[in-house]
Amino acid sequence: MATEPETAEPVVPSLVDRYFTRWYKPDVKGKFCEDHCILQHSNRICVITLAESHPVLQSGKTIKSISYQISTNCSRLQNKVSGKFKRGAQFLTELAPLCKIYCSDGEEYTVSSCVRGRLMEVNENILHKPSILQEKPSTEGYIAVVLPKFEESKSITEGLLTQKQYEEVIVKRINATTTS
Amino acid sequence: MFPLTEENKHVAQLLLSTGTCPRCIFRFCGVDFHAPYKLPYKELLNELQKFLETEKDELILEVMNPPPKKIRLQELADSIGILQEFCEKDFVKKVCQKVEASGFEFTSLVFSVSFPPQLSVREHAAWLLVKQEMGKQSLSLGRDDIVQLKEAYKWITHPLFSEELGVPIDGKSLFEVSVVFAHPETVEDCHFLAAICPDCFKPAKNKQSVFTRMAVMKALNKIKEEDFLKQFPCPPNSPKAVCTVLEIECAHGAVFVAGRYNKYSRNLPQTPWIIDGERKLESSVEELISDHLLAVFKAESFNFSSSGREDVDVRTLGNGRPFAIELVNPHRVHFTSQEIKELQQKINNSSNKIQVRDLQLVTREAIGHMKEGEEEKTKTYSALIWTDKAIQKKDIEFLNDIKDLKIDQKTPLRVLHRRPLAVRARVIHSMETQYVDEHHFRLRLKTQAGTYIKEFVHGDFGRTKPNIGSLMNVTADILELDVESVDVDWPPALDD
Repeated sequence: MATEPETAEPVVPSLVDRYFTRWYKPDVKGKFCEDHCILQHSNRICVITLAESHPVLQSGKTIKSISYQISTNCSRLQNKVSGKFKRGAQFLTELAPLCKIYCSDGEEYTVSSCVRGRLMEVNENILHKPSILQEKPSTEGYIAVVLPKFEESKSITEGLLTQKQYEEVIVKRINATTTS
Repeated sequence: MFPLTEENKHVAQLLLSTGTCPRCIFRFCGVDFHAPYKLPYKELLNELQKFLETEKDELILEVMNPPPKKIRLQELADSIGILQEFCEKDFVKKVCQKVEASGFEFTSLVFSVSFPPQLSVREHAAWLLVKQEMGKQSLSLGRDDIVQLKEAYKWITHPLFSEELGVPIDGKSLFEVSVVFAHPETVEDCHFLAAICPDCFKPAKNKQSVFTRMAVMKALNKIKEEDFLKQFPCPPNSPKAVCTVLEIECAHGAVFVAGRYNKYSRNLPQTPWIIDGERKLESSVEELISDHLLAVFKAESFNFSSSGREDVDVRTLGNGRPFAIELVNPHRVHFTSQEIKELQQKINNSSNKIQVRDLQLVTREAIGHMKEGEEEKTKTYSALIWTDKAIQKKDIEFLNDIKDLKIDQKTPLRVLHRRPLAVRARVIHSMETQYVDEHHFRLRLKTQAGTYIKEFVHGDFGRTKPNIGSLMNVTADILELDVESVDVDWPPALDD
């Protein structure tokens, strides 16, 4: 697996490339550009991340804080999972909120699950160091891990876009903004 | 010498009149030495007559009460033929023929026999009858004074089996011959017990009938004499037929073969990889080793286990990984060490994906050593690591100095679907680096058992901390992994 010394981009497929399929959900909850990227492992586990086009990941944005307290009674941090069958996990629907991101410019963003399933864990590393979310959104900066039901593992991606379809959406957006 | 004394006369007379055979009469009279039981049936009947000083005709007359039927020597109320034709040489020969036909290799055997549960009921009835009679003579008869049917049966048959098959009977033998008797005619004899002692008969999921021997015995111990006598005829009725042989089976206890294996393929799973009936990758470590053993030992099936395991794409080098294979119901079990060596050679010649060493027969207890290794012993690995940032030799030197590094590993995402979510504390005992180029280096590590190496290298989304990436402040990935050694000193190394 030799890499050409001159090029900046490595030839080596990344960890994500090797084990995961990328699925996208653009404009989540109707909010323009709040795109999410779901990394689906070959074993059906889904890692919820922000897509590169999400406002939080754009340059100039600073995250003030992140909170997993999504309502007065529910904190994603309280999620406790036990045993091989992951009993006790909070069950998520596609629109279930995972966390709230507060930016220094006053903007507030909600990250949603996008897939149905049991919540395994939320990323506590980004609580302590929110910049990780912006530096490594596809790996260390993940939001949450969700385990879909075995029967639904194929169907959960029905409402999502492939990488190619997502890229087309991006292109359309760019064209729309340039023409207007 | 006839084993009955004057004292036994009344009981013997009584039992004979109910149609009990001579051997059973001995049992109820507490005759507890083997010799009398082994005498031929006709001789026993003659001796018994003489002892009771009755004429043959009278004897027949007695036995004809109730309704006269043609006397069949096999017909009796008590052991339904078991201590008659079913312990004679002809029957033993028949069983031995089946044993020989089954193709097992054995140097001893344990014989197990199973009688229909309702027999205990008939025994109980006969005992009450005898007890009553002895009571008249002011003699007592405890249940334990009676020789058990199974015991007497084995006294007679063991030497016959031994002689016919040419091997000793040994309670510890791994080779078992089992005979199961049934008597469909009297199956309902024990059903009344369920009404009187319902708590003894709990339906178990895998048993066809609740009336097991254990349950019936339990109920018989509980039931009051009066209640029993109300429900069951004492003496028991004469059955129309003798019992039948339900099954004659042979089985050999499992034998164990252990060794160490090397894995040279990066495309071979430990166990067969089959999803929805479709095989995803050809063959497996366990099949490449076990298939040969299965054939040579002529076993029904096998169970493969090893001291830990490696991923499909990981090689196992060095001394290899200990494994043990349980061969279930083997037909051939005796092998010289030379033959085992040849078997090892055969396995090694048949595939270059795996190699086996130190192949040997071991006991079941020895398997414990192997599993001990899985949890307690250290392992050493060699990994080829890629980094996104360009690195120099000096950038990796510090890793050589890190000793007993504590890491916390959350259950890797790649196994999270089938393992509980947990955090595992593990120790990386030592590391040794070897610079390859600006984006690659080799890392040798010695770690605690149960450490996920791949995740230690790439960090698994930051869920293994610290990791090589975080230690070096780069994005690292693992390109190749080899197991260099599994530090378990079992099974014993063999020469050659």
